[in-house]
Amino acid sequence: MIWESWDAFWAMGGYGLYVWGSYAVVLICLLLEIWLAHAGQRASMQTARELWEQETAHDATP
Amino acid sequence: MEHLRIRWFQWAAPQSFYPLAGKLWPPFAAVAAILAFAALYLGFFVAPTDFQQGEGYRIIFVHVPASWMSMIIYLAMAFWAFLGFTFNTRISGMMTQALAPTGAMFTFLSLWTGALWGKPMWGTWWVWDARLTSELILFFLYMGYIALTSAIDDPRRADRAGGLLALVGAVNVPIIYFSVKWWNTLHQGASVSVTKGSSMAQTMLWAMLLMALAFWAYSIAMALYRVRGIILQRERHARWVQAVVA
Repeated sequence: MIWESWDAFWAMGGYGLYVWGSYAVVLICLLLEIWLAHAGQRASMQTARELWEQETAHDATP
Repeated sequence: MEHLRIRWFQWAAPQSFYPLAGKLWPPFAAVAAILAFAALYLGFFVAPTDFQQGEGYRIIFVHVPASWMSMIIYLAMAFWAFLGFTFNTRISGMMTQALAPTGAMFTFLSLWTGALWGKPMWGTWWVWDARLTSELILFFLYMGYIALTSAIDDPRRADRAGGLLALVGAVNVPIIYFSVKWWNTLHQGASVSVTKGSSMAQTMLWAMLLMALAFWAYSIAMALYRVRGIILQRERHARWVQAVVA
């Protein structure tokens, strides 16, 4: 362990705000992108499914 | 050779690319996670304090890989756009579109982490030097691509307009890369070079390279995941899609 304590780790030699400010925003962006992509995939799936249901309902009517 | 050619075009059909992308993205995502944890461990618990920049230099473990990805993804978009123009395959435009948001995100992260590094090291969040300005232009190119393709309803026309922007905008990538050589910039030159090797300590270099590989794997996983949604949306009238969602 190169750090004397966890406090020293979080302080980053006085650069804590800049270092953690960088890594926190990286993490937030990655999570946000994953969430948005997942939502987009689900939405595409939903529209395709609705279209399919419409068409099968249409086929079924005599 | 003839065999190989047919194979490639077979995978280029959305119908076969959809399940292929579905099989490929999870391993890339897993590799990205493992490499990222290894890079963070090396970067925060093994790499020593920098004698000039103290602990503040640890920002570069994400700053440099994010900046690399911002350029590489734009080149990948230009590559797909080029394939689209030459072979007229439908998957090309979809891949270009699938890559854009990830590229824009890495460009933003490059600018953000750069500002947070610049404040304590240079005493300023931002300067209008050639490196920073050309990276900001890259961000606008990504935004322009996304705005342009989403403003055109017909996907084929959106692909062509966006593809042209991706190809023309790619000129900016070498400008970013060589800006520190061509102009007198506040931004420092490259610490890692193909021809001259690296001027960094071994552990620092490894932390950075592992993070770069993690971002590569993440970007591939993300593009493959996102392209599935784009395929479903564009091909929603096709029989095979109806079979998938049924």
